[in-house]
Amino acid sequence: METTTISLVTIIAEGVLRERLLEDLQRLGARGWTIAEVQGHGISGISEYFWAGSQVRIETLVSPAVGEKILAYLREHYFTDYSVTAFVHDVRVVRAERYV
Amino acid sequence: MELAETLGILQRNLFSPLTLAFVLGMIATLVKSDIEFPEQAYKFIAFYLMFAIGLNGGVELAGTSFQTFVWPALATIFLAILLPTACYCILRTVFRFDVANAAGVAALYGSVSSVTFVAGIGVVETASIGYEGFIPTLAALAEWGIIVALFWGRLGLKAPNDAIGKVVQETLTGRSVILLMGGLLIGMIIGEQGFTRIAVVFSQGPEGLFRGVLVLFLIEMGMVAARQLREFAKVGPRMLAFGTVVPLIMGVSGASLGAFSGLSLGGAFILAAIAGSASYIDAPAAVRATFPQANPSIYLTSSLGITLPFNLLIGLPLLFAYTRWFCYSVVGCAVLPAGG
Repeated sequence: METTTISLVTIIAEGVLRERLLEDLQRLGARGWTIAEVQGHGISGISEYFWAGSQVRIETLVSPAVGEKILAYLREHYFTDYSVTAFVHDVRVVRAERYV
Repeated sequence: MELAETLGILQRNLFSPLTLAFVLGMIATLVKSDIEFPEQAYKFIAFYLMFAIGLNGGVELAGTSFQTFVWPALATIFLAILLPTACYCILRTVFRFDVANAAGVAALYGSVSSVTFVAGIGVVETASIGYEGFIPTLAALAEWGIIVALFWGRLGLKAPNDAIGKVVQETLTGRSVILLMGGLLIGMIIGEQGFTRIAVVFSQGPEGLFRGVLVLFLIEMGMVAARQLREFAKVGPRMLAFGTVVPLIMGVSGASLGAFSGLSLGGAFILAAIAGSASYIDAPAAVRATFPQANPSIYLTSSLGITLPFNLLIGLPLLFAYTRWFCYSVVGCAVLPAGG
């Protein structure tokens, strides 16, 4: 089957950032996303506080250029103050035009 | 007040289903029982209680004149400005907190813990007295305290106040405000007649489910309070003092201003519970989003770990005693019949 390689961006962040991050993603060019409430443990310790609800994991399929833009934006606006983890995978999809 | 009367009240309090349920919850947690309140059930019960409180208030409200409402409302708005501002100043000057941490703690203590509010209603129910129908409005007005605290913080950090707009919107549309005020509005529209048809579910009187559900809620509250007790050991003496003394002072101001503004004994006490409580769910999320540099273990531990269990176990009974004394000896406020 013919496939195209695009980027899968995964962001794991504090629950309070949910809406803000989704707005950012849309503005930066993501056309859709999947979001889940997750639990975990990291060096910031923020996940220990139950009020933040859970952490959220946001996944979005985007073009490599948009993926880079998202990472740069997160570094500039979130990494210092908040507990946010983000990484990019190369993934192969069919119907790439749906995502990029 | 005679000693016998006080002892009578104490006895009624101790052996009321609400208190016993609370104690059961505490014991269950202390002996490490595996009983657990599912989170969704807890959320639903909180939802139900807030909506029912609004609804009952709305039905009661029909006979209230504007004048009886306006003074307590003004008193509440005054408290919503005064309390977070005073907290912020004390934390900045006496505790030498930086701006973000001072504003964060002030935001929690300036807004309302709906759990403590409901527990306050439980105390009034246990004492078999009533309260004004517009009390839910006061709880909603008091939520504005968080905006005052965040405003001071943004000002102190010289940060643009654009993010405040979002907090204002979130405060106005927060679930407790929507449920209380929505319930109130619906109660006013349907009136006594429409309410009788749904009274079996929502009434706070003997014919409704409300009191029974409140008993269930108090089991969970006992569990929460007991779970948090070990936090007492973790914080320093200064935060311990802050988390116990400040809610009492805030509660006393609430009771006194409430009584002066014309509230009944029950109403003045619930205003004390509103003023003396510190939010630990909604406000911390807003603080985290607005001041990420503030340390959650300071503001959250003092609110959830110290003030919530303190209020539930000691603060509310003390404030009730104070309100009774103040109402009977100083102001001479009314005592409304129970079961609206």
